[in-house]
Amino acid sequence: MNQLFADTGVIFGRSMRQTLRSKTSLTFGMLQPLLFLALMGPLLSKVDLRTGGTSWQAFVPGLLVQLSLLGGMFVGMGILVERQVGVIDRMRATPLHPAAPLLGRTLRDVVQLVVQSALLVVLGVAFGLRAPLAGVLLGFVFVGLLSAALALLSYGLAMNVRTTPEFAAIANTVVLPMMLLAGLLLPMTLAPGWLDAASRIIPFRYTVDAVRHLYLGEYTDGTVLAGLGVTAGLATVALYGGLALFRRSARTP
Amino acid sequence: MPGMTPPVLDVHGLSRTFQLRSGPVHAVRGIDLTAGRGEILGVLGPNGAGKTTTVRMLATLLPPSGGRAVVAGHDLLDDPAGVRARIGYVAQSGGLDPSCPVGEELVTQGRMHRLSRAGSRARAAELAADLHLEDLLERPTAALSGGQRRRLEIALGLVNRPEVLFLDEPTTGLDPGSRADLWDLVRRVRRDHGTTVLLTTHYLDEADALADRLVIVDAGTVVAEGTPADLKARHGAATLQDAFLAITGRATDAPAAV
Ligand SMILES: Nc1ncnc2c1ncn2[C@@H]1O[C@H](COP(=O)(O)OP(=O)(O)O)[C@@H](O)[C@H]1O
Ligand SMILES: [Mg+2]
Repeated sequence: MNQLFADTGVIFGRSMRQTLRSKTSLTFGMLQPLLFLALMGPLLSKVDLRTGGTSWQAFVPGLLVQLSLLGGMFVGMGILVERQVGVIDRMRATPLHPAAPLLGRTLRDVVQLVVQSALLVVLGVAFGLRAPLAGVLLGFVFVGLLSAALALLSYGLAMNVRTTPEFAAIANTVVLPMMLLAGLLLPMTLAPGWLDAASRIIPFRYTVDAVRHLYLGEYTDGTVLAGLGVTAGLATVALYGGLALFRRSARTP
Repeated sequence: MPGMTPPVLDVHGLSRTFQLRSGPVHAVRGIDLTAGRGEILGVLGPNGAGKTTTVRMLATLLPPSGGRAVVAGHDLLDDPAGVRARIGYVAQSGGLDPSCPVGEELVTQGRMHRLSRAGSRARAAELAADLHLEDLLERPTAALSGGQRRRLEIALGLVNRPEVLFLDEPTTGLDPGSRADLWDLVRRVRRDHGTTVLLTTHYLDEADALADRLVIVDAGTVVAEGTPADLKARHGAATLQDAFLAITGRATDAPAAV
């Protein structure tokens, strides 16, 4: 176990330095949420989203989940490239714990996405967001869990596809319906009954609802707890799924 | 050397079949190999012969479909972790992160072999001096020449002072000068550290010049084995090229360069 932590730390360090070297990494996955914040957020400022509070308190949490979703789902691109040039094989031929390449990278992604989220919130405040500090900070816990879940699944997928286009096609196909159905941009409080019901099969729905409640300072009405349960559950499933997919790729390259 | 001490590499009936939608591909069909301590064993064969598949199995990266192997005293199937700690593996594709500086790549490799921070920095410095990488430590690996890249990749393979070093087509794509340097490097590693080297190649001149002993593989099986001199003598051939032609009925797909 200690060996796993130490090895994960080695890969985390390596991945973090990779991220810091890259000029595009800070903005990777951030462009869409930023554009939505700047160009769509102001349109909503006089609209009643029926979530209680201001439109910003509903809109910014949606963007945070969108950032996790887009940022997390596409991290697999990086490992695909490393797999193709033989970096993964080089690691696998060392005594490094077999789970470390997955966990170390995922940890880096969580850090990166939480930092980007903080940036997004700061910009949101500049545009007019007002929310309780405790709620905002707790919101980052949800962002972290969700980012971890998506990154784990994304890496697992990337290790089991043959080509980059194949990966991109699958990831894109998954992301768009999920994003729309979860009510990230406009909350499902506006939806007709059937759409609201359909959206309840999407786990991110519970995450975004919970973060919206956190931004309203409503910590105790059950929504936050439900969101935490679903998000942590998703992260747990993704952890086992990601590890299994990683192992599978070692058996059948 | 082989026979006197237990072989460092002892492979029996190793095979690998890939299952594709179009049907099974028998990439390796029961290969036997041995190599003693400090021996340079050349695995010579045309493209598609099964060289890479064999090396990847011996480096624990690919589960064999059949057969057994003992690598550096550890059973490949029962103790892959024991094998990994004692081998160096340099893939044909190299396995470098293009953006990563040379020095950092070396230090991280040490950390993956579970050296301490200080230990892996010291080892990196030692290897950089030994393999003439000192002036390149800050440079991203993408900015290295072909020969420099290969030197770094071999340095990464040596970080843990391996008993067996696997080099998969180490000189493919290198210019003649860099190839000669690389041959010298391989000989020096063997001389200074007694490392057993298994290298694959499809260059006949490389096999002739560098290997103590050769295993010629074709279509996943060993078709001949011996020292380059043996092989030539056995087939009454003046060159390894002629011997290879006599054995396999064809030339390797690349001309013996320079
Ligand atoms: N992952 C794989 N899936 C399917 N077939 C493979 C795979 N890897 C290698 N092969 C096939 O196995 C045979 C041997 O390949 P390889 O070991 O790469 O040969 P060499 O290294 O001697 O050129 C080839 O026919 C190749 O197409
Ligand atoms: Mg090959």
